[in-house]
Amino acid sequence: MSLTDKDKAAVTTLWNKISKGADAIGADALARMLVVFPQTKTYFSHWPDLKPGSAPVKKHGKKIMEGVAQGVSKIDDLSNGLLDLSELHAFQLRVDPANFKILAQCLQVVIATMFPNDFTPEAHVAFDKFLSNLALALSEKYR
Amino acid sequence: MVQWTDFERATIKDIFSKIDSAVVGPAALSRCLIVYPWTQRYFGSFGNLYNAEAIKSNPKVAAHGQVVLAGLEKAVKNMDDIKTTYKDLSVLHSEKLHVDPDNFNLLSDCLSIVVASQMGEAFTADVQAAFQKFLAVVVASLRKQYH
Repeated sequence: MSLTDKDKAAVTTLWNKISKGADAIGADALARMLVVFPQTKTYFSHWPDLKPGSAPVKKHGKKIMEGVAQGVSKIDDLSNGLLDLSELHAFQLRVDPANFKILAQCLQVVIATMFPNDFTPEAHVAFDKFLSNLALALSEKYR
Repeated sequence: MVQWTDFERATIKDIFSKIDSAVVGPAALSRCLIVYPWTQRYFGSFGNLYNAEAIKSNPKVAAHGQVVLAGLEKAVKNMDDIKTTYKDLSVLHSEKLHVDPDNFNLLSDCLSIVVASQMGEAFTADVQAAFQKFLAVVVASLRKQYH
């Protein structure tokens, strides 16, 4: 399900609308993931505080959105554009790829709460495809 | 039997009392047909589903969205035994409609997005967790009679 030119345009348009709130989106999405899908907490046992609004959650939410931003800027070639992040996830973090889908859902729920008029079904389908392709690029080197 | 906390019970009832059911059902179903277009396979008799605009304005999609939401409201009224409440619906989806049950998760995702859009900030992480648990129970009950 590769990205058409129409998809890329829709993703860029949506991103331009939401990117100023990227830090808040990332923090909320990550916090939500830890609450709604508690099994994901297993990856963060080294943090002192996993509660929504805590410093580690906010800091890491921001970092995740920087990765998403990188994906938007390299939307024409995600595999090569995200090579460093791909290697990080494959050899160091080794996050089970099923979790990418979980985080993608939380990201989209947050965007829906914050930008209900912009997250139309047309924007949703393009963004969902983009996040799936991003996940594929991140898991590229797993095996 | 599913254990619901007081918070979960109250949250589910609160969500369904707050949302505009005439809007949410049609919005969720049309979003599902747009975001996951392969789900259109079950709606061959609905006429024009050629693009997002057509889907959003299709009266049969809207009507069916209301049917789906009415089904969910039945589950809300019978939260302690959704499995039994949905027995006939499960048989219907399996034996007559031949719906791949993985599709139930896709519609659930769209329901979460639409309710999130309607509730905004009020759709907190805890509220989302309760709502998605409810949807998971609904989906499991719909899957129950498949064989």
